[in-house]
Amino acid sequence: MTTLHIPTIPMIKRPVHPTGIWYWLTTVDHKKIGILYGVTAFINFIIGGIEAILIRVQLAASNADIITPEVYNQLFTMHGTTMIFLAIMPLGAAFFNFVIPLQIGARDVAFPRLNAFSYWVFLAGTLILHISWLLGEAPNAGWFSYAPLTSLAYNPGHGIDFWIVGLQVLGIASLAAAFNFIVTIINMRAPGMTLMKMPLFTWMTFITAILLVLAFPVITVALIELMFDRSFGTNFFFAPAGANPVLWQHLFWVFGHPEVYILILPAMGIISEILPTFSKKPLFGYSTVVLAGVIIAFMGWLVWSHHMFTVGLGPIPNSVFTITTMAIAIPTGIKIFNWLGTLWKGSITFSTPMLYALGFIVTFTIGGISGVMHAMSSSDFQQQDTYFVVAHFHYVLFGGAIMGLFGGIYYWFPKFSGRMFNETSGKIQFWLFFLGQNITFFPMHFVGMDGMPRRIYTYSNEMGWDSLNALQTAGSMLLVISVLVFLHNMVKSWRSGEKAPGDPWDARTLEWSIESPPPEYNFEEIPKVHVVDEWWAQKRGLVAGQVPSGGSGEKSDIHLPQPSFLPLVTSIGILIAGYGLVYSYVVAAVGLSIMMVGVAAWSLEPVNDPD
Amino acid sequence: MTQAAVSNHNGDHQTTTGLNHRKLLMWVFLGSDCMFFATLIATYLVYKGKSLTGPMPIDVFSIPVTTVSTFVLLMSSMSMVLAYSALRKGSLKGYRTWMLSTIILGSTFLGFQTFEFYEFANHHVHIDCVHPGELTDFEQGLFDKNCTEGVEEYEAQHGLTPKTNLFGTTFFVLTGLHGTHVTIGVIWLLALFFYSFKKGGVTPERDLDTDLAALYWHFVDIVWIVIFAVVYLFGVFEGFPS
Repeated sequence: MTTLHIPTIPMIKRPVHPTGIWYWLTTVDHKKIGILYGVTAFINFIIGGIEAILIRVQLAASNADIITPEVYNQLFTMHGTTMIFLAIMPLGAAFFNFVIPLQIGARDVAFPRLNAFSYWVFLAGTLILHISWLLGEAPNAGWFSYAPLTSLAYNPGHGIDFWIVGLQVLGIASLAAAFNFIVTIINMRAPGMTLMKMPLFTWMTFITAILLVLAFPVITVALIELMFDRSFGTNFFFAPAGANPVLWQHLFWVFGHPEVYILILPAMGIISEILPTFSKKPLFGYSTVVLAGVIIAFMGWLVWSHHMFTVGLGPIPNSVFTITTMAIAIPTGIKIFNWLGTLWKGSITFSTPMLYALGFIVTFTIGGISGVMHAMSSSDFQQQDTYFVVAHFHYVLFGGAIMGLFGGIYYWFPKFSGRMFNETSGKIQFWLFFLGQNITFFPMHFVGMDGMPRRIYTYSNEMGWDSLNALQTAGSMLLVISVLVFLHNMVKSWRSGEKAPGDPWDARTLEWSIESPPPEYNFEEIPKVHVVDEWWAQKRGLVAGQVPSGGSGEKSDIHLPQPSFLPLVTSIGILIAGYGLVYSYVVAAVGLSIMMVGVAAWSLEPVNDPD
Repeated sequence: MTQAAVSNHNGDHQTTTGLNHRKLLMWVFLGSDCMFFATLIATYLVYKGKSLTGPMPIDVFSIPVTTVSTFVLLMSSMSMVLAYSALRKGSLKGYRTWMLSTIILGSTFLGFQTFEFYEFANHHVHIDCVHPGELTDFEQGLFDKNCTEGVEEYEAQHGLTPKTNLFGTTFFVLTGLHGTHVTIGVIWLLALFFYSFKKGGVTPERDLDTDLAALYWHFVDIVWIVIFAVVYLFGVFEGFPS
């Protein structure tokens, strides 16, 4: 036994300088992957929005029969699943990808190919979920799919299988991305950037990634159990065998509550960047905001049963979870006061990103307050499963997470596109958006208090809910117009907007110290960090500045990771295996084999081929 | 996921903490995997003693057999350490010897598990109705039902499968997914073993590949210790909470 020849796969030769579509399919550049994430997630946001509009059209008047109850069930299930897993989370991921390496002064993430893999697997999960519509069987048991609604006996057909497989695949994408960002943030900070000198958005990303890494295995196991129940006749949620279907609720919400912080913390990070920039002041109480984020992430694990107050867990658990849930309002409140403190006596510019950040504070606070209302378990008995709850979580997720993310898109638009957007159009769009969401979601508080249950496909005109529901639908039309204005502005500005300077906002963090859009290698010279808001301090001459760029002339010496096909190949294997799990184990085996080949080739492929 | 986590990346460049990227990634992955097994074990414990029909743990478990397989798996961790140590000392021969030992021990454990699953699925009950002796609750139930007047003995197959009861469901899925982890580990170690025959494939300077596989292997071992205690020992010996 001497040497063993390891054959390389001649079919897929490593691309050196791919162009066109091949460039995008093989890129490992975090900025390009960020744009892929952002565009895909925004398309998902529009699909989820169309689902929402169909719901609103059906509910606009009593006794409507535009949509059948069966399709209605699929619509609200897919609306929730799409917005949470396919829109908000990946929009957050788009910012992690684009912004984090720039904010910490790195040239890429720790594992560039793993990063590309995350995106392609996310796309596979997206396809599995959306294509379920075309196969006639979209999931229909609600975004939290309570047992036994999901059992084979009550839910034959493949809808739930698509949901299980889609979420499992998305879980792989989220976990891979979270591993990558934890390592990147711990290990790739510029010299001098200690943890407490990291920008707030980096901090919130870090916390979000930790939550992802710990929360996703829980839903993974819950989905495996559900899949085994449906496919192999096990008894995890099968009451006749003595099982307790409430176990699903516990497992789901042990994941599900940290998940809501996974959705909101990135938005909080974004507005913690926008507010200081447009107030020309450092963030008020930087360390307190960081600490509040850490406490929220920790306490997020202690509150899950507040989703289950009416299940009948008994007075002791309900009291405990009432207390923990109310307590989590404290660190959240600290953040809100810190943001207000940042504005105090600042010299404020009301540009579009700033309007979004301010709008976030208003609507998120309203949602937070209604959250404290049903944190009280006795009060929640009146509100559970009514439109009051729907109002609450749309205020925190739409008025909170989506508002923050839109603010982020405007804020970093000049950085990733290299162009300025149209400010007037942006402002008009903000006001349409802000008014639209309040007209859509605020009346839900009233119909909810009046007892209108969520997830009913219609209601009788004797209930007296017609006018408020019509008002909500009108509000949702404003949102449609607003999103169209947004799209017009983005597409037009990206194509022919005014060229953006490196630092159009007079901002504070390192991503603004380089040109827009950033060169492929980000930083010609890795910056040295002395303080929080390093770039701001450098501009003001408070710390030693950078070596002026353009002088070194060593750009060709900067080694960047080479593009690779293998993340895409591996993801295609996972996509095929996913469909195999639904239809045929032979197909699953084929998919897994493709995946294994991809992984094997990947582990033998160096990051950079020697020249 | 596991394969993705071991993606090859030469972490040569300087890092903020001085830790290698890939090693840090492995630790984060293992933290995540802790939650994976924690959820499975929690499910097992929630349903412990809630099965409506037998067989129960006490009917099927053979503690001596599983003790042997546990010992085999623990020894594989030792040989893994010896393999890594041999590599550090520059002995490629020692490395291959101990890697092969680890692979054989790991495969032996998987063999035990397959044997065990097969035995459980074909669990056989034999009751002497005249002199029943000491019976488990499940056997007592069968005795009461079947040992009527004039019947001298009762014999039948009462296999435990994932469909039989809550115990079967939770047991097979928990230990099966652990077995899947061990299988992935064996494949990984095999890959390294064969790679060591490629010139420059495994060298003392490039010991990180082995280090990461070893971390994973030890983790899977530790999880088994928890499963052995919580599932097997708590399941059979009185005095443990049921």
